[in-house]
Amino acid sequence: MSVRRLDKNQPESFQFTPETEAWTVELLKKYPDDKKASAVIPLLWRVQEDCGGWLPEPALRAVAKRLEMAQIRVLEVATFYTMFNLSPVGKYYVQLCGTTPCMLRGAEDLAAVCKEVIGPQNTVTEDGLFSWVEVECLGACANAPMVQINKYYYEDLTVESFRKLLQDLKDGKEITPGPQNGRQGSCPEGGPTTLHAYCKPGGAA
Amino acid sequence: MLKDEDRIFKNLYGFQDWGLKGAVARGAWDGTKKLMEHGPDWIIDQVKESGLRGRGGAGFPTGLKWSFMPKESDGRPHYLVINADESEPGTCKDREIMRHDPHLLIEGALLAAYAMRAHTAYIYIRGEFIFEREQLQRAIDQAYEAKLIGPGNIHGWDFDLYLHHGAGAYICGEETALLESLEGRKGQPRLKPPFPANVGLYGAPTTVNNVESIAVVPDILRRGAAWFAGLGRPNNTGTKLFSISGHVERPCNVEEEMGIPFRELVEKHCGGIRGGWDNLQAIIPGGSSVPCLPASVCADLPMDFDTLVKHKSGLGTAAVIVMDKSTDMIRAIARLAYFYKHESCGQCTPCREGTGWMWRVLTRMAEGRAEKREIDMLLDVSKQVEGHTICALGDAAAWPIQGLIRHFRHVIEARIDEYTARADKEGAVSSKMAEKAMEAAAQ
Repeated sequence: MSVRRLDKNQPESFQFTPETEAWTVELLKKYPDDKKASAVIPLLWRVQEDCGGWLPEPALRAVAKRLEMAQIRVLEVATFYTMFNLSPVGKYYVQLCGTTPCMLRGAEDLAAVCKEVIGPQNTVTEDGLFSWVEVECLGACANAPMVQINKYYYEDLTVESFRKLLQDLKDGKEITPGPQNGRQGSCPEGGPTTLHAYCKPGGAA
Repeated sequence: MLKDEDRIFKNLYGFQDWGLKGAVARGAWDGTKKLMEHGPDWIIDQVKESGLRGRGGAGFPTGLKWSFMPKESDGRPHYLVINADESEPGTCKDREIMRHDPHLLIEGALLAAYAMRAHTAYIYIRGEFIFEREQLQRAIDQAYEAKLIGPGNIHGWDFDLYLHHGAGAYICGEETALLESLEGRKGQPRLKPPFPANVGLYGAPTTVNNVESIAVVPDILRRGAAWFAGLGRPNNTGTKLFSISGHVERPCNVEEEMGIPFRELVEKHCGGIRGGWDNLQAIIPGGSSVPCLPASVCADLPMDFDTLVKHKSGLGTAAVIVMDKSTDMIRAIARLAYFYKHESCGQCTPCREGTGWMWRVLTRMAEGRAEKREIDMLLDVSKQVEGHTICALGDAAAWPIQGLIRHFRHVIEARIDEYTARADKEGAVSSKMAEKAMEAAAQ
């Protein structure tokens, strides 16, 4: 378990955008009418995106009201699930996988890069561009070590390629998700050992 | 080695079109209606005969699990829930199915739901898999559009498939925690009984299956249970996606026959152990929750459920974490202990308190800053956590530590000796060491 608390500095109020409200109407169609609470995680996630990557307290209250839930239930969910950020994060939010499979392939070196380039964990850089955190297994172990930056995975990193990723973001350049060493998915590096006929685009089918 | 024509996941690496057109060209959605015309009980019998065991870690026979669902509805709806909360360290196979061959999963979901008389299925995907979620949603939309699923579809069984996601909690891979989460609560496991087949999602009969278990069902039905049962070894049949990570030359996912010897697996597909076979120190054969095994037993080790249990480990999710001789085993396992401490939901005291305690002791042991009697104490505490919690997370936290002590006790003892040898005559450790320890503690 980890202790997670709401941020000390909170905005005065929060309102759903019209787009989010319309999206919520669609979302609720997935669940039985009397089970609106089921939508709490997807809605909190959407709200977090709307709020620039974190969940202010007034937003939690708005979600509770929208889903006809007790506020404490929404607070419970927001503090239980670690993908909900309770404090602001950088424009580029770097989640570094540090669990054993990534650690075996050099995640600790990447953590050192984060410390050097960004600073301590959970601290937004002065320009607001970056913050980072070490997270638990992100489920891309055959492409270790890897990080998630905002939505997507950047895999098969080395200290150099990771440094370059961060520099490109700093310079405002586009970065491409996926393996950073030219590898296709989780195929063995250098080419497949199986299914050769299927391992070229448009190959035998 | 498994022949290519026996492989189910033909687009595992995503070289080809992931969409409906590509999937159909690879054989998906072929004669699905004919399969369904045999009736729900036929499907369950075929899956039973195929010997398919759940691919999510526990290896429970899938057909048997399905047969626990009531045959007739008592007025409550039936639900199929697909567990795509792939978070077990080492495991990265379901991700490939969802982003590269999602129609196998969707077709399997329809067949499984029909077999269990369910008109609704939810796929619970882990929150971090955002690309996979987007991709899978696109595939679901394609299937709806082509009237393969949805109300009034061409298969004659009304079926809605919804994609739901989590937000970063390993525990939601436990089936009842997943249901809690899907209902909008903290993911804290429920006491069983009642089992989900009687009281599951929204209090209705529910079956929770892993992505891979569902995605192999269409091929089993099309090619026949005997084909699947003919692969692998008795009671451990079929093909299996292996995720190989860690110190191999080329880590990868690969579909292989169940029971493939470990050495063949890594030498055929991964270019062998980094630095050669003799450089192997240990493996964790089935995701972080199973105990590690030393190199001495690994060469001819058949990778299947029953053999690995005999070795006091397990196949789990078939996520093989390979560690060569450069690995500090104590630190590697201590990092896993931290994982379980982080992911404990906090509901049961032995797990909430025990995972943190075990992590702290292991961290000291990694430095050597411990006493030898503490090794047995750690083992004893791990046994007090194991089996004394609502769900299996307590067991999962205890097993890697038990595996470490079983096979690498001498390493821990040597580390402690090394540390004490640096102590000066008064029994205190040199100031440099103390400083280092203080620094580590401060971090």
